[in-house]
Amino acid sequence: MSQAAKRGLAARRILERQLPKIVVSPLFAASLFFVYGFIAWTVYISFTRSGVLPSYTLDGLSQYIRLWATPRWQVALSNLFIFCTLFITLCTVIGVLLAILLDQRIRIEGVIRTVYLYPMALSFIVTGTAWKWILNPGLGIERLMHSLGFANFHFDWLVNPQMAIYTVVIAGVWQSSGYVMALFLAGLRSVDDEIIKAAAIDGAGPLRTYASVVLPIMRPVFLSSFIILAHLAIKSFDLVVALTGGGPGYATDMPATFMYSFAFQRSELGTAAASAVMMLATILAVIVPYLYSELRGASK
Amino acid sequence: MHLLKQTTAIAFGLGLLMATTAAHAGGTVEVLHWWTSGGEAKAVGELKKSFESQGGTWIDSPIAGGGGDAAMTALRARVVAGNPPAAVQLKGPGIQEWARQDVLNDVDEVAQKEQWDKVLPPVLAAIMKYDGKYVAAPVNIHRVDWFWANPAVLAKVGISEMPKTWDEFNADADKLKTAGITPLAHGGQPWQDATIFENVVLGIGGADFYRKAMVELDPNALTSDTMVKSFDQLRKLRGYVDANFSGRDWNLATAMVMRGEAAFQIMGDWAKGEFLAAGKKPGVDFVCAPTPGGAFNLNADSFTFFKVHGADRLEGQKVLASLIMSPGFQETFNLAKGSIPARTDVSLDKFDACAVKSHEDLLAAIENNTLVPSVAHEMAVPRSVRGEFLDLVTKFFNSDMSSADAVKELAAAVKRAQTE
Repeated sequence: MSQAAKRGLAARRILERQLPKIVVSPLFAASLFFVYGFIAWTVYISFTRSGVLPSYTLDGLSQYIRLWATPRWQVALSNLFIFCTLFITLCTVIGVLLAILLDQRIRIEGVIRTVYLYPMALSFIVTGTAWKWILNPGLGIERLMHSLGFANFHFDWLVNPQMAIYTVVIAGVWQSSGYVMALFLAGLRSVDDEIIKAAAIDGAGPLRTYASVVLPIMRPVFLSSFIILAHLAIKSFDLVVALTGGGPGYATDMPATFMYSFAFQRSELGTAAASAVMMLATILAVIVPYLYSELRGASK
Repeated sequence: MHLLKQTTAIAFGLGLLMATTAAHAGGTVEVLHWWTSGGEAKAVGELKKSFESQGGTWIDSPIAGGGGDAAMTALRARVVAGNPPAAVQLKGPGIQEWARQDVLNDVDEVAQKEQWDKVLPPVLAAIMKYDGKYVAAPVNIHRVDWFWANPAVLAKVGISEMPKTWDEFNADADKLKTAGITPLAHGGQPWQDATIFENVVLGIGGADFYRKAMVELDPNALTSDTMVKSFDQLRKLRGYVDANFSGRDWNLATAMVMRGEAAFQIMGDWAKGEFLAAGKKPGVDFVCAPTPGGAFNLNADSFTFFKVHGADRLEGQKVLASLIMSPGFQETFNLAKGSIPARTDVSLDKFDACAVKSHEDLLAAIENNTLVPSVAHEMAVPRSVRGEFLDLVTKFFNSDMSSADAVKELAAAVKRAQTE
């Protein structure tokens, strides 16, 4: 083999080795800039007095002080807390129950599975609009019950400032629990039959089998469904906008709708950035412990 | 001979020059707006037609969505990039906010030549100016303090006259309620709550108090007894709406009055468009009357001129400014949109009875200094203050907060937004 051919081969080998990095690097640079760059920009803006247009003169914590003094932000936060807790708990419980029931080797399982999974195919906007009509006292359930003769039936959560946030939970759970069911069903199918048979031989009933044997095996599924539901809940924006528009008043405001309203309707970029940073902090508080436990698990 | 040739050449050249300037006589304008539906789209179409008939090039940039929020986001990006549109549908103190960023062009040359000061209400002219120079041109005037009522429904309980004070309104509303009719059609959205509230303040405190509290944001006025009384009246109005008001759009509330499900609606004169579109006749199928206070609550749309460069674009901007303020355009535009001309000297022969009444009251209000800008419709205070105001009013309307607490929280909220 000639010297030149040898050299060509070496160059090709180097290229081959570096090719993945070369191919991935533009994408890496782009996400570095468009995701992390903009996060940094938002954090910076949250420390300035930006109004209509961004300004770059630092102004300390004034936006955060303003944010925490705003009653609407407090409402948004407590709503987020109520919504997250109920949404995640109910979705998980209903999802697990549906998955277990479907796992009993019933007939037409495929059809039923599709029925439960179908809400997931709808966007939150459609879900919100449909439930807005269903829950509207003048159009939906209440009117139906009245026309059926139950004149005393009363269901006005949607227009009741104290209860409106729970209608968001209802619509959210309806939309997402089918997805959790699918996750768990996949998990249940992967459980080794031998283990279940062993439990049966040991004299465990079906309840005991699920509670003590199957569900503990599902731990990773619980974790991933928790993470998915948690970020859905924290980001929730479209569902609120379609279902209640943040109302009555601002009783169903969430941090995301709060941020939108300050940034785009009120020309208060600084305060909006501060609220966005608070949302990021909330998500980090959930994700970081999860990542930590995952990475620790992987290195074991 | 030689001379003749030369003259011919010059004449020919001049002719050519004139021809090219004629083709660009109107210049070029890019117009950013969010008038994309119904009467509004038709109205902006009129502007485009008039501009093009003067030989200009019109670049249309309609950005619908979020009541102008999407357009504002686009505008922000264009301004930061240094390439703003020539004219933007932008109103109220928003004009000043942008002017302070030094991104607006003034059209004072046109304004002085055409003497805008003489034909515009002074309150409106002040909003259009920054640093004493016109940076925007108004296209219309909407009146916000209107009652819209269904006379057939009122007749059922023996009401023949529209209420002149809020007490009279309460008495009428109680009669209607006893008869099982919803007295007030209302949509529970923050801006609608605020629209009602500012009209109440105007009725109870009068124009001077309104200016002090809602425009100058004087803390003593904001926490005064008059303000407490206004909140008390708003609480009463809350009792006159149906159970299902939450989140309803304003035009659905108008439809309730039309169908006779409710007696009154308190809304700006865009509600008239809904009545007219349904083939209803003013004075017969529906009645319009100003809410109490003997004042005029002003809302106006305007085009604001941004800093563009190049002779062609600057020319376009001037032509557009002059066109917007021309009596002919003000008439056609406002016939399409349902408002009244911003120029006070345009004849209202072709307009309906409600518009004529609005015009008469406007002239009286200018005379008596009772013309006030609307807070709910972004005419009086910056968007940050307006936002806090809307939050508080809508919270009051949707809870059992006491009026005394409401004025305290309102003053605190306004202060918070002002320290911004």
